[in-house]
Amino acid sequence: MFRSVTIGQHIPGDSIIHRLDPRTKILSALALIVLLFVIDGFVGYGLAALAIALVVRASKIPGRFVLRGIRPLMVILVLTLALHLFMTDGRVIFQFLFLKVTWEGLIRGLLMGTRLILLIIGTSMLTLTTSPMQLTDGIETLLRPGKRIGIPAHELAMMMTIALRFIPTLLEETEKIMKAQMARGADFQSGGLMQRAKSLIPLLVPLFVNAFRRADDLAIAMEARGYRGGEGRTKLRELQFQQHDRIALILVAAFSILMGLLF
Amino acid sequence: MSQAALRNVSLEIEDGELVGIIGPTGSGKSTLIQHFNGLLKPDSGKVFVDGVDLTLKDTQLRLIRQKVGMVFQYPEHQLFGETVLEDVGFGPRNIGLSDEDVIQRVREALAYVGLDFEAIKDKSPFELSGGQKRRVAIAGVLAMRPSVLVLDEPTAGLDPEGREEILAEISQLHNDGITVVLVTHSMEDIARLATRLIVMDRGTVALDGTPVEVFREVARLRELGLGVPEITELMHELKARGLDVRTDILTVPEAEEEIIRVMGWRK
Repeated sequence: MFRSVTIGQHIPGDSIIHRLDPRTKILSALALIVLLFVIDGFVGYGLAALAIALVVRASKIPGRFVLRGIRPLMVILVLTLALHLFMTDGRVIFQFLFLKVTWEGLIRGLLMGTRLILLIIGTSMLTLTTSPMQLTDGIETLLRPGKRIGIPAHELAMMMTIALRFIPTLLEETEKIMKAQMARGADFQSGGLMQRAKSLIPLLVPLFVNAFRRADDLAIAMEARGYRGGEGRTKLRELQFQQHDRIALILVAAFSILMGLLF
Repeated sequence: MSQAALRNVSLEIEDGELVGIIGPTGSGKSTLIQHFNGLLKPDSGKVFVDGVDLTLKDTQLRLIRQKVGMVFQYPEHQLFGETVLEDVGFGPRNIGLSDEDVIQRVREALAYVGLDFEAIKDKSPFELSGGQKRRVAIAGVLAMRPSVLVLDEPTAGLDPEGREEILAEISQLHNDGITVVLVTHSMEDIARLATRLIVMDRGTVALDGTPVEVFREVARLRELGLGVPEITELMHELKARGLDVRTDILTVPEAEEEIIRVMGWRK
């Protein structure tokens, strides 16, 4: 039932993008997000799209995987376009009853839509080419300087790792409990909204009870193996910036500053 | 790419049988039993319960699931009710029974698993002991009044006393006319209870017969990573050492009798 669900959507590979340090990729993705909100106008977006296209190409990830990320956001995209289309004042292209479509609205709508699509594709390049483990590793290292102002970098990373690790387990458990309750005549599919929400109780209560039980077990197992939190903990594989990371970061920085200034 | 979990499985289980299903981990036991009430449907082939084809689209699976009760591994992990009454009554309420009928069913189901209705009905299932939780969970299935009961390792993780109690209750249910299918890893339990044994191996039925017939195939069972009951093992060992005993023995009293007979002792 849940076998088809993939989390993290990481696609392993050996491209230059895959080999980049996760920190390089996280920083670049952040730069891209800022950039996409700073620039305005089709030329700027065109250039940004070109840059993203080059990265997608270099990652050797098939286009359909990249585009798949857009599908769940289709509703938001259409809504954004429609809202801008009808809600912006300006030169009217045509009018249908009280609905006016304006030039300005069309432009704004298209710009916002492009921005969203580029955001999704750009950031999905990060998650597609970086394994969840690398990602948490990168986040932990990047947050480490924040420790002085009270950001628990290691703990956050550990929580992310554990959460990711237990997603398949929880899905499996959900399936099991669903089957057991279905065997007792439970019906998760039919009925109105309230009825359906209510029918979830026999599923959610055991799921939570078991999750807490499992969390307890895990905590004890970790302590039994000497886990004492991040203090003084060393890594088997330290992240290391390579030559290509430096080049990539310089390129990203140069591109961002240039784009920010020009558009 | 994908591998078939079950292949060429052809079985018929008669009313009133107590069928044991054994087999190494990953041999398809759990997959097989989930076909018995339509939780899984075969990609090809048919499943019939009382003449009704479960693989047809318009089959009322609800009715089938009422008829074929299914107790999963660690059933206490599926408890959710605020009270034992609510949890055990979940199935009967799903059938749409009246409050009185639900209470009647719960009372009857709890009696079957040896729990006192008045003492336990208002307790939270989460404050019970492990063995009690398991029995409440089993009662939740019995409350549907199934004519067939399928249990997946009902004694896993229980202490010896809890095991004995659950097994005695299963035996009682069988005596009362319920058809029982029991998946287990314990050769001892199954040797005592089952009227028929089915041995699964890599998705197919490897052996199918009475316990005596199946446990005769010691070599084959060992090959599958399964054993025979310890007492049967002992009889085989005695035979190998030159004592002319029968080896189709599954329980200690039988063995005792046989050894006394062969040695010519008197009781």
